[in-house]
Amino acid sequence: MELFWYIVLMTMLAVYVILDGYDFGAGIIHLFFAKEEKDKKAITNAIGPFWDANEVWLIAAGGVLFFAFPTLYASSFSGFYLPLIMILWLLIFRAIGLELRGQIHNKMWESIWDKAFGIASLLLALFFGVALGNVVRGVNLGNVVNGVSTYEAHYFFLPLWNPTFSPQAEQLGILDWFTVLLGIIGVVALTIHGANWIIFKTNANINEKLKKVVFNLNIVLSVLVIISLLIWHIIEPQPFHNFIDNPWLWVFPIITFTGLFGLFKVKTFKKHGMGFLFSSLFLGGGLASTVASIFPKVLPSTNSINPDLTLYNVAAHEYGLSVGVYWFVIAAVLVAIYMIIQYKVFKGKMDDVGYGEH
Amino acid sequence: MEDMLFYDRMQFAFTITFHYLFPQLTMGLSLMIVYFKWKFLRTKIDRYNDAAKFWMKIFALNFAMGVVTGIPMEFQFGTNWAKFSELTGGIIGQTLAMEGMFSFFLESSFLGLFLFGEKLLGHKLHFLTGFLVFLGSWASGYLIIATHSWMQYPVGYEVLENGKFVLNNFGALFSNPWLLPAYLHNQAASLVTSSFVVAAIGAFYLLNNKHHEFGKLFVKTGVIFGLISSLLVAFPTGDWTAKNVAEHQPVTFAAMEGIFETEEGGSEIVLIGQPNMLEKKLDNKIAVPNILSFLTYQEWDAQIKGLNEFDESVHPTNVPGLYYSYHIMVGLGTIFIGLMLLAVVQLFRRKLYQTKWILWSLMFMLPFPYIANTTGWYTAELGRQPWLVYNLLRTADGASPTVSSGNTLFTLLGFIGLYLLLGMLFLMLAGKIINKGPQLNQQH
Repeated sequence: MELFWYIVLMTMLAVYVILDGYDFGAGIIHLFFAKEEKDKKAITNAIGPFWDANEVWLIAAGGVLFFAFPTLYASSFSGFYLPLIMILWLLIFRAIGLELRGQIHNKMWESIWDKAFGIASLLLALFFGVALGNVVRGVNLGNVVNGVSTYEAHYFFLPLWNPTFSPQAEQLGILDWFTVLLGIIGVVALTIHGANWIIFKTNANINEKLKKVVFNLNIVLSVLVIISLLIWHIIEPQPFHNFIDNPWLWVFPIITFTGLFGLFKVKTFKKHGMGFLFSSLFLGGGLASTVASIFPKVLPSTNSINPDLTLYNVAAHEYGLSVGVYWFVIAAVLVAIYMIIQYKVFKGKMDDVGYGEH
Repeated sequence: MEDMLFYDRMQFAFTITFHYLFPQLTMGLSLMIVYFKWKFLRTKIDRYNDAAKFWMKIFALNFAMGVVTGIPMEFQFGTNWAKFSELTGGIIGQTLAMEGMFSFFLESSFLGLFLFGEKLLGHKLHFLTGFLVFLGSWASGYLIIATHSWMQYPVGYEVLENGKFVLNNFGALFSNPWLLPAYLHNQAASLVTSSFVVAAIGAFYLLNNKHHEFGKLFVKTGVIFGLISSLLVAFPTGDWTAKNVAEHQPVTFAAMEGIFETEEGGSEIVLIGQPNMLEKKLDNKIAVPNILSFLTYQEWDAQIKGLNEFDESVHPTNVPGLYYSYHIMVGLGTIFIGLMLLAVVQLFRRKLYQTKWILWSLMFMLPFPYIANTTGWYTAELGRQPWLVYNLLRTADGASPTVSSGNTLFTLLGFIGLYLLLGMLFLMLAGKIINKGPQLNQQH
């Protein structure tokens, strides 16, 4: 039962990253590449009717985490206190940037909210990459100082950084060179993803330019991914042990690299949705490969005194998990129906939706 | 430890108070917009459709505020109340996860279609999307109150040796006797808010001689919905909720009514007075004898236990706050019924639109349903203290063990600043939409 909910949770997170990821990416493109009003409009139209529903995947995934793995929810949310609250503030800024921009027709008003939307999107992409880095690296569970736990074995608290910025220090911070590297990968990958969405859903003038941007950023992304793989063993001495024991897991890295290298053909794609498909493969495959490499750990311990958090020692009780399956299956079918309706109505290019105009 | 708990409580109280200003209008207004749209489908009179469109603009802005201030609520269970989440997550996580899966997806998927899909969908399907948004927002309220009810009156659980609460009866979460009265009371109260908002804007137009026909429509709709919902808030839902408190949380009941001493011949109902916590009595009290006993048990001399009979360790932590919250809610609720009754009488005498003082009163009443809703929730929440899970888990034992007061105060200050900005923006933009007013017969 724990395994079922683990797969549900990871799938929901992957869907969230793919869906809200294009919103973040579109925000970053909006910030750096959209100079003309028409392009900006096209971008907000392409994400306007979706962003709210996309963000629900985060809330719903949070709900499933809370209900199925309460100990992990409690431990990680309190331990990563500051960055999580800052993510909330950024989500608020991004949302009001999008929603309020069109309410008043004034150049200064519009450019303030454009910047709020763009910068918040950029920082969110960075923070989510950093968050993944923190989970992979692990934390000092129980806050062990000189061999003694100062908190209960499954609790911890991380400041934003420690002065060494080293992922191997005894007292860790949220930001170190490893997590920041993953954060940068997050920014680059989501920028590509967002550009692909814009190419897919609009006829904006910048689309030709964006294809070049995707191509160039994909080179950067490939280099960063290879660097991170080369240094991964510093964080996790045996990153491949799960893949060696279960060879079918290689399907995830294969998906990831199909997505990554497929994107180099971006300039020759006939269908506008192809690029988006490939960047989705990269994001989904990358996330799956990463969590598969640490399975069954969900939050590793960096000390030898307190055990790792695994999906088995953080899960809720059996009865609750079983009874949850019934309502979850019903809800999941409904969600699928909503999504089909939503994407059917807003199918094709969306330049003229008129989002945020009052 | 003490100040950690204080800031955790302050942050939750501040963020939930601010957040709930928006959903109460969302829930009530969605029903009223669906009503306008339905009237349009039946009568084909354009004004109803234009009214629906006007309120959808306010609704969209209000909804966005509700969403962005709502996400921090779910996060805070883990960030600030980790121990509570760890111990009870298997139960309250159930209803909260259901809220995400059943109502947020429904609302958010159809909100986009509702706001931008009228031309694409045609009026009938557009009405349907509005109805689904309404359904989603009311389902959300239901699941939140199911969670709330479990904390007030825990059912369907067992406690393991390690202190964890485990669910053993899923159905009990929904047949909880606390749930239905609390839900209906809350939904009626959210309709009170939306009715007063609609009536107040209508009165504003009439008093300004602008958008005259819309002004009449809004005032009429607002006062009719307003009278019905104000009555429903008091009876049967409020009465039923209060009886639940009297039965299951007698110490809370005594504190909120301001009853310090048990009266053998039946208890009085306190109208005015200040709790004196040093001498454990009510100062400057004005009260009517025996009424409280009658209202609660339908017997003039039924005994109601006073606060002083209970051990101090189970007293609500903030008795004066609880007492004032409850009395403000009840006092305002009474005024609402009175004003709406007068307005409806004038409406049927065909004099309402000329009765200036009622229009002015309706306009100035606008903030008060918000205050009544807020103090109502304070009554429920302060009344549950010092417990998170009534009689089982103390608030002091639920906070995050590793988040220091310095970090919580930092984020609390951040929330205060950010929400101040949000509040100003909301008022400014809502004011702009209201001042511009409804537009006639837009392109169809």
